[in-house]
Amino acid sequence: MTSSRTLTMARAGREAVMWEMEQDPRVFMLGEDVYKFGGVFGTADGLGEMFGADRILDTPISETGFIGLATGAAIAGMRPIVELAFIDFIGVCYNAIVNLAAKHHYLSNGQVKVPMVLMLGSGGGYNNGGQHSQALHACLAHMPGMKVVAPSNAYDAKGFMHAAIRSDDFVVYIGHKKLSGVGFFGKPIPGTMSEIPSEPYTLPFGEAKVVREGIDATIVAISWTVHQALDAAEKLAHEGIDVEVIDPRTLVPLDRESILKSVAKTGHLIVADEDYQSYGFTAEVIASVAELDPTVLKSAPVRVANPDVTIPYSRPMEQHILPTSQRIQEAVRRVLSK
Amino acid sequence: MLASRHMDDRIMELYYRDKTPVFDIAAGLIPGEIHSSHGQEACAVGTVSALTGDDWITATHRPHHTAVARGLEIKQILCEIMGKANGLSGGKGGHMHLYSAKHNFSSSGIIAEGMGPAAGMALACRMQGNPGVGVCFLGEAAVNQGAFHEVMNMAGVYKLPFVCVVEDNNWGVSVAKSASTAVARNSDRAAAYNALGLYVDTNDPEDIHAAMSKALRHTRSGSGPVILELKTYRLQGHMLGDPQHYVPDEEKAAFRDCTLDYRAKLEAEGVLTASEADELQARVKAEVDEAVEFAIASPLPDAENALSGNFVDEITGRANI
Repeated sequence: MTSSRTLTMARAGREAVMWEMEQDPRVFMLGEDVYKFGGVFGTADGLGEMFGADRILDTPISETGFIGLATGAAIAGMRPIVELAFIDFIGVCYNAIVNLAAKHHYLSNGQVKVPMVLMLGSGGGYNNGGQHSQALHACLAHMPGMKVVAPSNAYDAKGFMHAAIRSDDFVVYIGHKKLSGVGFFGKPIPGTMSEIPSEPYTLPFGEAKVVREGIDATIVAISWTVHQALDAAEKLAHEGIDVEVIDPRTLVPLDRESILKSVAKTGHLIVADEDYQSYGFTAEVIASVAELDPTVLKSAPVRVANPDVTIPYSRPMEQHILPTSQRIQEAVRRVLSK
Repeated sequence: MLASRHMDDRIMELYYRDKTPVFDIAAGLIPGEIHSSHGQEACAVGTVSALTGDDWITATHRPHHTAVARGLEIKQILCEIMGKANGLSGGKGGHMHLYSAKHNFSSSGIIAEGMGPAAGMALACRMQGNPGVGVCFLGEAAVNQGAFHEVMNMAGVYKLPFVCVVEDNNWGVSVAKSASTAVARNSDRAAAYNALGLYVDTNDPEDIHAAMSKALRHTRSGSGPVILELKTYRLQGHMLGDPQHYVPDEEKAAFRDCTLDYRAKLEAEGVLTASEADELQARVKAEVDEAVEFAIASPLPDAENALSGNFVDEITGRANI
């Protein structure tokens, strides 16, 4: 019989990890603070006790080393899940990610497979300063050779985790700290919690989800900004503006067709993203629509992103630069008033 | 040793042939950088001959001698170096990126990048109950990379079946070991990682084989990782075309050639007569020459192949071309 419960994103992702580890002896987890601490963001909570120190492997603070190590283990037939607490830390191991894990399959012409999952905690909005608050997904999605997942709710978190672990490719799995539901981030955003079947299920990479249907404008948003966009949509509805919200869910592959289809219906495009604005996700979405069919655009697209500044600590300044519901609402009104 | 040497000799000949009178790195049958293994062949033969098929190798940007010693097909190596369709990776890798899954072999162009993967392969072997060892080859200058220290430490903490083979040719491009490295012997660094440190200064394949065998016994027994440093010589510079003007004349005069030294040793010991050695050398050369002709005659890949291979299941969603 099918049973289900309401879970946070962290619990949902962890459930998938647990199930896969029980089924498949090749799956193991390594990273900082996973064995006893359960992962800084709860991704491995309780797994250490369940599977032991050999399969929930604590590492030294050596990101280049342990991502390289996981890559080798994956090549040699294991299925490692690497926990790298903050996405900001890709700065100390970028080579291991982009020159090593992401390139072996292509450079070997498919001889070498790297079935590895790299879990990253992304995002700010909780005053943690400029090196622990970034949303650096474009730095990863820009580089070929890795699939990049950024779920926005618990149902997707579980389905994509199963898919990521079972994939024979290198998958980067980006969880948003503020969406995780981990205790020290306060009360979870209700929209992140989902009814989760106890059974395992997978979700396909590269299929966007229409999270709210509408006819007046399209907001494309990812991860935390999905919830800002949904909040904006609700507020705008009171003004008689009916927006559609699209969550691509995976940055690589990107479901360009679904985005185009929505813009063809609404004629207006707003892209919300917590990452830096220039050369990022917002640019990619807008360029894709413009390339595929510029005639669908009845107005110039608008981006709501980090305005290319380092993330400041102080609350009013940080809130000012985040792509909040308020900024998204203003963007929609601006587009539609023209 | 002879096969690798003759392969590199032929590569060098073809490389320069197409780059005169004006040296254009992109020109000719073999474009790009070539880091030949001239002088270091003994390191590969001595170490790899002690390995089994269960063991894993990550090699360096200077991978020819290691690949040949591991038994990768010379035809396929040469095709890859010439960017041909039937190269090891169909031309996608090139000389610094030689892969052969069936030989548990890969190489990489980023300094010390093979450390993590080789240690991870060692970890996988242990988790799978397989007797395999991970072996990472490095140049002596790579030992100053962070990856070396991070991974040696982890290998020490986890007591991995792992050997780091350091080929000390004394030069990191143009910087001498004494100018870049705070210790005379990198094998001394083993103390920092609870590892065994071994050093061989003869560039003799038999001595190297003996040291590698000792290293493997140590690490397979669960006693932890090994750093095996091998004194060797870089006879053709960092890359073909490097005049090595920065190497002092007296050092150049003291360069040893392991193929000549080993032949002389075998003759002196009565293992081979001069005519047997000549015959052996001629046979190896003929085999390599045949592989060179095969590679030259091989077709280039279809340019469209460039557009696939990022993922196991090709996906849509790639940018348009």
